Order: sequence, then C-alpha cells, then structure tokens
Amino acid sequence: MTGLTIAGRTFGSRLLVGTGKFASNQAMAECLEASGTEIVTVALRRADLSGQDDPYADILNFIDPKKYLLLPNTSGAMNAAEAVRLARLAAAAGLPKWVKLEIHPDPRYLLPDPIETLAAAEILVKEGFVVMPYINADPVLAKRLQDVGTATVMPLGSPIGSNRGLETRGQLEIIIEQATVPVIIDAGLGAPSHAAAALELGADGVLINTALAAARDPARMARAFRDAVEAGRTAWEVGLGAPSRTANPTSPLTGFLS
Amino acid sequence: MSFSETFRDSALRSSRVLQRFASLLRPQSGPALEMMAAEAEQLTRQNFGRTMRLFAPLYLSNECVNICKYCGFSRDNPILRVTLAVDQVEAEARHLHAQGFRNILLVAGEHPKFVSGDYLARCIERLRTFVPAISLEVGPMETAEYEPTVRAGAEGLVVYQETYDRAVYAELHTAGPKKDFDWRLDCPERAYAAGFRRLGIGALFGLAPWEEEAMSLAAHVDYLLRHCWKASVTVSLPRLRPAAGQFQPRHDFSDRALVQVILALRLCFPQVGIVLSTRETAELRDRLVRLGVTMMSAGSHTEPGGYTGAGSESVHQTQKGKAIPVIASEGEHLLATEQFSIADERSPSVMAARLRELGLEPVWKDWDAALAAH
Repeated sequence: MTGLTIAGRTFGSRLLVGTGKFASNQAMAECLEASGTEIVTVALRRADLSGQDDPYADILNFIDPKKYLLLPNTSGAMNAAEAVRLARLAAAAGLPKWVKLEIHPDPRYLLPDPIETLAAAEILVKEGFVVMPYINADPVLAKRLQDVGTATVMPLGSPIGSNRGLETRGQLEIIIEQATVPVIIDAGLGAPSHAAAALELGADGVLINTALAAARDPARMARAFRDAVEAGRTAWEVGLGAPSRTANPTSPLTGFLS
Repeated sequence: MSFSETFRDSALRSSRVLQRFASLLRPQSGPALEMMAAEAEQLTRQNFGRTMRLFAPLYLSNECVNICKYCGFSRDNPILRVTLAVDQVEAEARHLHAQGFRNILLVAGEHPKFVSGDYLARCIERLRTFVPAISLEVGPMETAEYEPTVRAGAEGLVVYQETYDRAVYAELHTAGPKKDFDWRLDCPERAYAAGFRRLGIGALFGLAPWEEEAMSLAAHVDYLLRHCWKASVTVSLPRLRPAAGQFQPRHDFSDRALVQVILALRLCFPQVGIVLSTRETAELRDRLVRLGVTMMSAGSHTEPGGYTGAGSESVHQTQKGKAIPVIASEGEHLLATEQFSIADERSPSVMAARLRELGLEPVWKDWDAALAAH
C-alpha cells in the first residue's frame, strides 16, 4: 500500500480516526494504537485552549503528538466566523496549523453548510492553515474548495454517526474522478466493508469515529477497519475488474484459437 | 405559526413521529419494554457515545413575583430569600469550577426588580472568563431582552412549561406573569430568535396525567426541531419533590412510567438530549444512565449561596416586593431556603467515578466560549 500525502507530508496509514464518544480516554488511546492511524482529529470544544492544562478537559494528553498528527476540528461552529476563530485559537494554543473544517448549523443531522465552509476555507488558506473541509458529497463544491487551495476534500458517505455507509456513492465517484487533492470519505462509515468499498472506489482515505467508539471492543474494531482500509487500497492499486452482466469463464471455450 | 397556536389545533399534532410516540406510551409488557430499552441504549450510544455530560445549577436568587402552588419559591411562602451579588455569584461558580464543572446553569426566580436582564448580563460576563458554557433558567423574557444575555456569553436557555394542561396550569398559577400559559409556551422560540443555541424544555410530572404531559412535551420537541433547526434541544422530566408549601403530587408518575417516557423520547427523537437532575435517587439514576439520559447534574444545591454560604448575611423575607430583615439568633447561620430538596447527594467526583464504573466517560467540557464570542 502506498502512503497518503497531504500538503507535502506523507502518512503510512490511510485511516484517520476521530476521538469523540469513547467510554474513556484510555479506551480511545488503545483504539488509536490498534488502528495504525497517523492522523487523529479532536473537537476543540472538548479541549482546553487556555493553556492551563485543565484536568477536566484533558483529552489532548492522551494523544501522543510524536506518534500522531493532531488535527484540530471546528465541530460546534455554526458559521465561518466561529470556525475561523476556533482555528486561530487552536494555532495560538500551539496546536498544529492544520484544521479539519466542520461547520454544521443543524445539530440533528450535522450536515455541513457549504456556503460558510467555502467562506471559512478561503480565509484560513490565506492565513497559512492546511485546510481539510468536511462537505456534503457535492462535486462542484469540492472543486470550488480545491480552487481556493484546500489540502483535501472530505465528503460524507452518509450523516455523521449514522453507520449507513456510502449512500452518496455516485457523487463520490465524480468527486474522486475530478480531484486534484486527496479525497477522504469522512462520515457515516459503520462497517469495515464500507471503508474497504470507499478505498476500492479510489478514495485516498477514510475517517472513522462512531463505528470505533461505540463498538463493544474499540481496539479490535479498529484492527478490523485497519485491515479493511489496507485491503481496499491494495485492490484499487492493483485494479479491479469491470463488472459484467454475464459470466466470464475462467477457462474460455475459444481459448485454443489464439 | 407559533407553538402556542399549533398546540391549540390538535390536527396539527398528528405527525408520523408523534403517532409513533403515542403508540410507545401505551401499556407495554415487560418483554416489550425491555426491547424498547435495548433499542434506546443502542441509539443513545450511537448518537452520544459512551459519554455523559455533566452540569451544575447555580441559583442566583429565590425572589419571585409568582404564586405557583407547587413551588418552594412561590411568593406567598414565608421563606428566607436572597439575591446574590455578582461577586458572590463568582464565588459560587469558582467553587463549582474547582469541582470540575465547565457547564453551569444559572437559575433564578422571576422578579424583575431583583433579577433584571442587566443583572443577568453582568453575572454572565463575570463567569464567562472561566466557565466555557453558561445557560439560563430564569423568568421568560422578550427576544430583545434576551439578546444582551446572549451577547454577554450565555448559550443555552431552559424553560419548563410545568404542565401542558391549560386548566391545571390556570389553577396552579394564580398570580404573577407566569399566569400567561401561551407567553411561557412560546418562550423557547423567542430565546432561539435571540440567538440561544441550546434550548431545554420539560414538564413537572405529577401535576397532570403523565401520558398527556408526555404527548404534549413530544409535540413541543417536534415543533422546536422543525422551527428552531439550528438549536440543540434537550428534554427534562422532573418529578415533584418535597418543598416549602407542602404541595402533594396529584397524579402518579411511577419509575416504570418515567422509564417508558425516556425510552419513547429516545426512540422517536434519537438526537435529542435527555437531562436527569439530582431530584432522583442515586439508585434510580445509576439505572437511568443506560436508558437514554445524556446529561446529568451532580452535587446540586437549589438555594442561592448553597455551595459556599455566599449571601447569608443578606438573607431576608420579602413582602410586597420589600425586604423584611430577619434577625439571626446568636451563633445562628442563616441560609436562603432551597427550591426543593434533592435526592441524590453524591458529590461530583463520586458521581464521575460511578459513571466510569458504569462504562461512561464523564464529559465536563463540551463547549468553548470562543464559539459564541460576540
């Protein structure tokens, strides 16, 4: 499996992991280890940004910055101004100048706001952030974001935490076909087979959170996703055969003629 | 159309989700209830994770202009009252902060003279420098009156309708602005228009038949999710507790019925937060954390100054809006009267340890003041 390069930095794993919903920070740390991930995203609203090392908001202490790229996310922001402010605060607090840009005004389905996301991406790219925007599977929006200079696009497979898999498959195929930056499928992947399918489709990576955090054994589930991502990517690199309506015998009847 | 108008027209209350809710409130066999519980547990973990958000109420004042027959703060109860000065509010909040709380609910009786919008804004401004999430549970206001509190840094508003039964409501609320049923019913919408992001609603169970209260509460949730689509909605199901005035519940709301309502809410509204206070016993709370509850208070006091004794020197009685001094006998330490007595007295750290034992991560901070900076 080849590595994943984002903004000039190459990662050995194509599995990105989120840190919400875990039963304990210890369980989360074990899950990260088992997943083989090298990019871990954290909601800034759960972290202490004051620099005072708050023991009641200490999630960052459980993510080793030597092992993982800590990717701050702006979950909770409802518009561009709030997301930009959060990203700047994180950078000021000494976190990497990378940001997973999430703007979802609707707390029920957590679907991203395309207008605010584009506006925030433009500002943050100009300020030198590596911007990884979470978007609906909208190919035109994906292109607009690439035009302003985002490092990736992160379209959803289905709503966050829904475990419904690649419901947006047709649109994802277009985004992947047109992409000039890595495409990371960000949300809704509930089973290792969903992750494998995303990589087989040509996605450059996947981000998984709920499927691990809500699992009975997050570390073992992480191992399953890790294997699935590697299998899916390897299959894509080798090249899958095209589907056909009829059977194609493995020993062709007319093979003797050639 | 406002919720009070929608609520008058029963034809508007027949959405598919409410029909399902009604069917889930019907008597269920033991195995059927168990199946509901299993599905509710799975939906809660999927949507909220293996976590529990923690918060604490901080009572600012127990002055009140309303007469509500069931409430300890009712103006006709000759209780000891006080409104904390902003410095005293800060002292209480610092105490809660040291215990771990990063999400504080400011609570006050309804009294424009003692608890003005300006006073609330000053309290919020003082606390926001060290408390990331601040919500309000105070007398209903106009949208324009809420706006300064949002600008000051409040992000959540809680208002319970108490009872959704108009006749019972009229009988129990006999004086003060709270008499106006519709004014209170439309309060969450006005708060949303003012910019609050979290809206909490609830009914005080025990005043009217629980099935009807639960149906109305679900209709209110359904309405808010459609009309206030950017807000996070939470629901609370408080049961009457002993309080000054000695009001007795008129209708039974058993543990089984409480569980059934929580499960029905979770199955019909998977993303809605369910709040559980220290009104319930430790034994019951430990059971309910697995059944759909997403947010809990711990170690609560329901009187102003209850955490640190702040304001005890100013405790008085109030008659016709005027403070009547109360002379403490020598060595006596007066405290304002509580709204109701709590049942789960475990400290925040004990509660957090218990949650961990139950396989849940206590989440103290889930919000950053930077998000709502104005």
